[in-house]
Amino acid sequence: MTGTQIVQREQALSVIGGEATDANLRRFLHGIPGVDAVGLEQRAAGLGTRSIKTTSKKWALDRIIELIDLTTLEGADTRGKVRSLVAKALTPDPSDLSTPRVAAVCVYGDMVPHAVEALGSAHGDPDAGGISVAAVATAFPSGRSSRSIKLEDTSDAVSAGADEIDMVIDRGAFLMGRYGDVYDEIVAVKEACRRTDGTYAHLKVILETGELNTYDNVRRASWLAILAGGDFIKTSTGKVAPAATLPVTLSMLEVVRDWHKLTGQKIGVKPAGGIRTSKDAIKYLVTVAETVGEEWLTPHLFRFGASSLLNDVLLQRQKMTTGHYSGPDYVTID
Amino acid sequence: MTFLDYAPAPESRAVLNLRSDYGLFIDGEWRAGNGTPFQTISPATEEHIATIATASETDVDAAVAAARRAHTKVWSRMSGSDRGKYLFRIARLVQERARELAVAESLDNGKPIKESRDVDVPLVAAWFFYYAGWADKLDHAGLGANPASLGVAAQVIPWNFPLLMLAWKIAPALAAGNTVVLKPAETTPLTALLFAEIVQQADLPPGVVNIITGAGDTGAALVAHPDVDKVAFTGSTAVGRAIAKQVAGTPKKLTLELGGKAANIVFDDAPIDQAVEGIVNGIFFNQGHVCCAGSRLLVQESIHDEVVDRLKDRLSTLRLGDPLDKNTDIGAINSREQLERIRELSDIGVQEGAERWQADCAIPENGFWYAPTIFTNVSTSHRIARDEIFGPVLSVLTFRTPAEAIAKANNTPYGLSAGIWSDKGSRILAVADKLRAGVVWANTFNRFDPASPFGGYKESGYGREGGRHGLAAYLAPQGTRKAVAPPAGRPTDSGSLENATRPKRQGSPAAIKGAAK
Repeated sequence: MTGTQIVQREQALSVIGGEATDANLRRFLHGIPGVDAVGLEQRAAGLGTRSIKTTSKKWALDRIIELIDLTTLEGADTRGKVRSLVAKALTPDPSDLSTPRVAAVCVYGDMVPHAVEALGSAHGDPDAGGISVAAVATAFPSGRSSRSIKLEDTSDAVSAGADEIDMVIDRGAFLMGRYGDVYDEIVAVKEACRRTDGTYAHLKVILETGELNTYDNVRRASWLAILAGGDFIKTSTGKVAPAATLPVTLSMLEVVRDWHKLTGQKIGVKPAGGIRTSKDAIKYLVTVAETVGEEWLTPHLFRFGASSLLNDVLLQRQKMTTGHYSGPDYVTID
Repeated sequence: MTFLDYAPAPESRAVLNLRSDYGLFIDGEWRAGNGTPFQTISPATEEHIATIATASETDVDAAVAAARRAHTKVWSRMSGSDRGKYLFRIARLVQERARELAVAESLDNGKPIKESRDVDVPLVAAWFFYYAGWADKLDHAGLGANPASLGVAAQVIPWNFPLLMLAWKIAPALAAGNTVVLKPAETTPLTALLFAEIVQQADLPPGVVNIITGAGDTGAALVAHPDVDKVAFTGSTAVGRAIAKQVAGTPKKLTLELGGKAANIVFDDAPIDQAVEGIVNGIFFNQGHVCCAGSRLLVQESIHDEVVDRLKDRLSTLRLGDPLDKNTDIGAINSREQLERIRELSDIGVQEGAERWQADCAIPENGFWYAPTIFTNVSTSHRIARDEIFGPVLSVLTFRTPAEAIAKANNTPYGLSAGIWSDKGSRILAVADKLRAGVVWANTFNRFDPASPFGGYKESGYGREGGRHGLAAYLAPQGTRKAVAPPAGRPTDSGSLENATRPKRQGSPAAIKGAAK
């Protein structure tokens, strides 16, 4: 998948109301309406009570699979592990070949060549039936490294064939109020996503909401990431608890909705970490559809970052097809 | 297909085990009514649900006499901890039968199952649990040591929260040692009759709770009954006024929960997405059939357009339809009569020059329905800004300064509730202090808890329900009850009813309906 057009710098600057300095960004980010935590959580809980049954559930289960970034981010990852992950991505359920494929596999930067090789001809844009390769970069998950290392990490993954880059923001800088630094770094990483042919790898900006702690911070970081040119905003690395939650994702979707209203541009959202069951995943689909609209339920606008979710969806899918529950041994481990 | 056309997810009616006819529940047993029976229907389909008895004056007499006997011989003499055990038992039975009660409520009232399931019924259980805990702690109710129960309470409740209003009335009354005769609204008697079954299941002594059904005449006869010590009414201000006149000059104690026209004030620094949710919840919860509904939106002029835009977007996602579908947000209007009233006031709004916007939703063929409606360009003198519509209709007004917001919010004959939306805590406290409303919600709306007192100012009524304050409506400080000169022949707690001379019935009562509060 190639990255969508970079948000035009002039547009961002006109929204911010000046150059992207700490002071200007602070004025803008602290001027957007606050978030009432109780109300936000209440709304998310309300969306979670939607009852998705029969045909709607069948559609939802298939769509969840199509929106998964099947992920392995372990220190112990090897070529073999990545090949196994890719095989699972290509054929999620060997007992039912009508099962759709996932959107992407998500790996560490050094595993990108293995993923690309294993995918072979299936490597491509998920909107066109292919599977993308996403790489985490910028000293994932902490982001505690010099900028030159982060940029190198990024361009390295892109040149190895990564279609999507999942970067982390500098949470330390954000919490200190150095919004300009966070902004500049995202802009620089976006530039490092540039391929030799002038196209861009798709940039997902991880906010690590578990470290930002408040919904007000999540909202500000979402605006910052979008202004700086992120194609996607993503909740978490999966290495910090709490990872994705429904209220956090709702709050990010609200920013995406407001940005779309303001500019007409569609930004993607990726909750990652902690979504393990079909039931939970369906709540996210409902939240997306009722907040930004159903057209967001496509791989270039919404993803689940998950590993164990896929097997639960497959079990539910088998239940719907056969009428009875099987068990964990009837789905494959990758 | 589109995902947002969620497949039907109907709650099963199989849990319901309704009878085709219901009598009156008097003295622990079912008996036929002497009035002409009536039908209760589902407002969503107009289908017949059951035939319901009408209590005549004779039946009212019997019910009050049963309550009096139970009070004198059993309930007022029972220890508080034993009364508490009965109330705890009722609370647990409500929880056990929660699904059934929710389905019955949605069927009879038209409210969405998600509300009856997630709001009404859990609150009913919570109310009984809460007051069960008070039953042996009445010394701490703030009325001195050993306060006395009042006696027989006549309770008339509305159709908007049938079972919840029953709980608000019965739980504190029983905890305080009173016995009750309760009349549900004629359009929504079903859950009160199921509650009578729960009373039987709980093995409550006969006569402690009596449920009589009927229309306005039955309510009027009950309220006017000379052997009643306490009248508690929730409903319209017009009926409440008639009751107040009738009760004046008698020793009966009275609490009234009447209408409202609450202001929901949104300041320009409000958490906007949550404020929009709060506005929706404030006026479209329970189809706007809520006495404390936030029916007047007061929004700061600087953010008026943005708020109205977001509100319209949000309303477009509301799902109107089958109350028993788990995904329904807006159910049916409770009766044809109420639908007519909503239509009439809404049309007057247009005639008076306000701008009407309605969510684009398909209206089912049968039943009573009204699409969520917003009026903009509303002035304070418009009738839609003054009269209680009691439906899914929001009037949007603007203000420029906090002082203007307070003045406009208070400029109503009602004073039941209000809402404030702002990120600034000091402003919330300062404004709340100046609002003449019984309940003021900050950054939320329509939240209820048994520990919190509820009640109004001005034409919204008097007395408080809920919390410790709610007990005061059913208790008298030791000794004071005798000082208010009971009517001649009124049996005392130690006397027996058989020996008492019954006083004559007072005047001819106005029709009293369990109408909208």
